[in-house]
Amino acid sequence: MSRLSRKKETKFATTLVINFPHATLEAPTIEKKEATSQEIEMPWNVVVHNDPVNLMSYVTMVFQRVFGYPRERAEKHMLEVHHSGRSILWSGVRERAELYVQQLHGYLLLATIEKTV
Amino acid sequence: MEICRQDQALEIRELDPFLAELLRQIPESTQPKDSPAADERLFSAPAAPEEKDLCAEWKVYVVPELRRLFQSATETVRQDLKQLQCTGKPFANCTLCIPLAHTDAWLSALNQARLAIAATYQFSDHELCDHYRSPLGSRRDLSLFQVNFYGFLQEFILREIEGNS
Repeated sequence: MSRLSRKKETKFATTLVINFPHATLEAPTIEKKEATSQEIEMPWNVVVHNDPVNLMSYVTMVFQRVFGYPRERAEKHMLEVHHSGRSILWSGVRERAELYVQQLHGYLLLATIEKTV
Repeated sequence: MEICRQDQALEIRELDPFLAELLRQIPESTQPKDSPAADERLFSAPAAPEEKDLCAEWKVYVVPELRRLFQSATETVRQDLKQLQCTGKPFANCTLCIPLAHTDAWLSALNQARLAIAATYQFSDHELCDHYRSPLGSRRDLSLFQVNFYGFLQEFILREIEGNS
């Protein structure tokens, strides 16, 4: 797994920033930032975009391999990409979405992650 | 040219010198010089530009991994293509064997080459669907023929992989 994904594991944890503005010890300033429940729960979409060069059969094979989809479902998504310009292949936690996009880029598909609206 | 399955390999027979030369050009076609468009396509952004942190981290951590992955596939293809170093008659047809274990590397290298060429020449959808254009008109036409020929090989490899699974 990429370092990027490992780094993101702490994404939703509470962040503490402690400042020591003077040499003498004073009570530290503690800034507390909490992720809203909406930020935590909001799933991310893995989107594949149309590309006139990649073969339809190749794209179908990649969807089957990366997401483990049966052929019919993979073809449905491939056709959606072809006709509508994009298809949401998967939704869920950000780390996994990033990993899927990395795999799709490994197969040279145009893929991005997006926050769900 | 004739393509068939032989045990654990795909065999491309009666490969004429022109098509053999196009195959030899696969590795260099995956990394065209002075083509930022090709680089941009092979290493596309993982999110919209507003996701600045993600896009920046992607370049630092993921792109080098992808580059290694693509180079490894291209290297496998480069080794297989050594079979095309014809030592006999200069214009004789030759045969290329692609071991089934190398088909993923071939799919990747062919795709890299097709995407890089298409990005470099900015082929339109219409041009990419024009399979009957003569390859002899210009360098651009030849490159379009190259994209279609590599696509034909990809299709054949995909059919064989599906038949295998």
